[in-house]
Amino acid sequence: MPSNLETAANPEKLERIVIEPLTRVEGHGKVTLLQDENLNIRQARLHIVEFRGFEKFIQGRPYWELPVLVQRLCGICPVSHHLAAAKATDMLVGATQLTPTAEKIRRLMHYGQTLQSHALHFFHLCSPDLLFGFDDEVRHRNIVGVIEDHPEIAKQGVLLRKFGQEVIRLTAGKRIHGTGAIPGGVNKSLNREEIDYLQKDIEQIVQWGQDAVELIKRIFFEQLDYHMAFASIDTNMLSMVGANGEFDIYHGGLRAKDASGGVIFDHIDYTRYNDYIREGVKNWSYMKFPFIESLGAEDGWYRVGPLARVNNCDNFDTPLAEAQRKLFKEAGHGRPVQASLAFHWARLIELLHCTEAIRELLLDPDISGKDLLNKGRLQGCGIGVLEAPRGTLFHHYEIDDDGIVNKANLIVSTTNNNQAMNESIRQVASMYLDGSQLTEPLLNQIEVAIRAYDPCLSCATHAMGKMPLEITLVNENAEVIDRIEKRVTGEIQRTVS
Amino acid sequence: MLQQSANPQLIFTWGNPSRGDDALGPALYELLQNDHLSGVDLLTDFQLQIEHAVDLVDRSRVLFVDASTSAISPFEFSRLQPEQDASYTTHAMSPQALLSVYQQVYGNPPPPAWLLSIRGYEFGLGLPLSAAANQNLLAAYKYVNLLLGPAQSAASS
Repeated sequence: MPSNLETAANPEKLERIVIEPLTRVEGHGKVTLLQDENLNIRQARLHIVEFRGFEKFIQGRPYWELPVLVQRLCGICPVSHHLAAAKATDMLVGATQLTPTAEKIRRLMHYGQTLQSHALHFFHLCSPDLLFGFDDEVRHRNIVGVIEDHPEIAKQGVLLRKFGQEVIRLTAGKRIHGTGAIPGGVNKSLNREEIDYLQKDIEQIVQWGQDAVELIKRIFFEQLDYHMAFASIDTNMLSMVGANGEFDIYHGGLRAKDASGGVIFDHIDYTRYNDYIREGVKNWSYMKFPFIESLGAEDGWYRVGPLARVNNCDNFDTPLAEAQRKLFKEAGHGRPVQASLAFHWARLIELLHCTEAIRELLLDPDISGKDLLNKGRLQGCGIGVLEAPRGTLFHHYEIDDDGIVNKANLIVSTTNNNQAMNESIRQVASMYLDGSQLTEPLLNQIEVAIRAYDPCLSCATHAMGKMPLEITLVNENAEVIDRIEKRVTGEIQRTVS
Repeated sequence: MLQQSANPQLIFTWGNPSRGDDALGPALYELLQNDHLSGVDLLTDFQLQIEHAVDLVDRSRVLFVDASTSAISPFEFSRLQPEQDASYTTHAMSPQALLSVYQQVYGNPPPPAWLLSIRGYEFGLGLPLSAAANQNLLAAYKYVNLLLGPAQSAASS
């Protein structure tokens, strides 16, 4: 159930505090907190300014352009869109099964993408919060601060990112706007020189993956009670799993579990996602609120992403990540781990798995194969689903007889977590802000809760991301009584007082 | 680690080619790529990220190129210094901050670097490069050829 802080009884009589935009998340979002005269939080909402033109952007284009075109929707995880669109176009061209080389090259690309995305999030965006604490001085609480105080960790973050990008470059053919995955397969495999180039560093990369998991465990267990309680909410969880219930981020069936770990549905063919998932709307948000249809909108919302995936799967097929999953599972004491900050822990177990999976694939002769493409009869509908770094990503296209897209529906990972992010900030607001004077470190706790989900709120533009953080206080008469602006340089300026 | 042989000069452009004038950086990349410049590496990306510090290794000079919503038309050109400017949102990592990361990761000063900010006007998804931005792009292209010197200008003419 959504908490009782979603809608206040008399919002017009409350002060409004606006946090806009969130820093260190992708895109643009704002949080509104309504506070009564006694400084109690009465309403908390996360507003995400989502660009609504994606589907329109795609319509009217030929289907074969999709895997390349959709990369331009988002500068943060273009490879996820590239591969989800490629899977959808596989269905369009009737390629019911990929060649071993095509599937393994795509998997390699996906592991590289997930590795670099998770490395960026942990080492760049979130480790400052975790290493320095949420109330650290804001200028210090960024990647430069991490480098100053933890030079080896920061360097590992840079080089893990770089390694993931190199895997993408070699499998996709280019650093960006790659064309590697095409309808029915891939257009290149790896040659000996490329494999040697990646193998040269892979043992170091795996070791850093292990070190990263040990680091997050150390941080997590140093204040276990706090980390387990912060922004913790009991939710359903949705993810893809492999045919035997194993962790699989590229292909499989949909599995949903309830807050106690009971199975809601399992091994569902993702092309039938419309039978199980609905997208609700709320009059105060432009972003949709997906839910599991059988449970209804009130009880059926869920979480996706690393926390859901590691909780939902039965095992990892790589030994180091599997050992870490068992330790993670113990922390739940028989239930799924529901702590929002455990996203970081789960994310790094996934990062470790990606390093191991890349190491295995680099030894597989299929990645040098020449059989790259399968095709069948053209179909009118194509649906591709995979586990993007931030969670389950749905691409659904319909084409006309000329192969032109006339309908597109995308459910992106962050949309799946919409209700959950709202619930997390309500939990933080009620636990940590109630009755307090608002300060930047306190407000940052709200952002810390959201950052745990690694939301990708929109796409890369110059207008977005450069906007300052603005906190506005409005009284019950709709008068602005205070405003604090946090600029992109980290400076804080009070513009009304 | 992960170091490929590099030409001494690097031109690094960034922007989203499908977001109107945000494509100015990638558009300049395309123009320069057709010139087959010698001794110059060309790179482009959606935005600056922390791992791009690795791309600065072993360079004698670096030119960053980006679209700008505030530069004086047609472009502005400035010398860059490492700066811990807290531009840590991933969309807005500045080249100054990247130089600073390089310095701290590698323990020595970054290569000399400059920023070419080309004025753009419209940044909507799916928009083409605006006519005014296209004029600015051509002016910037000529200026880059001047910067690269007479040998490169002759080769690309």
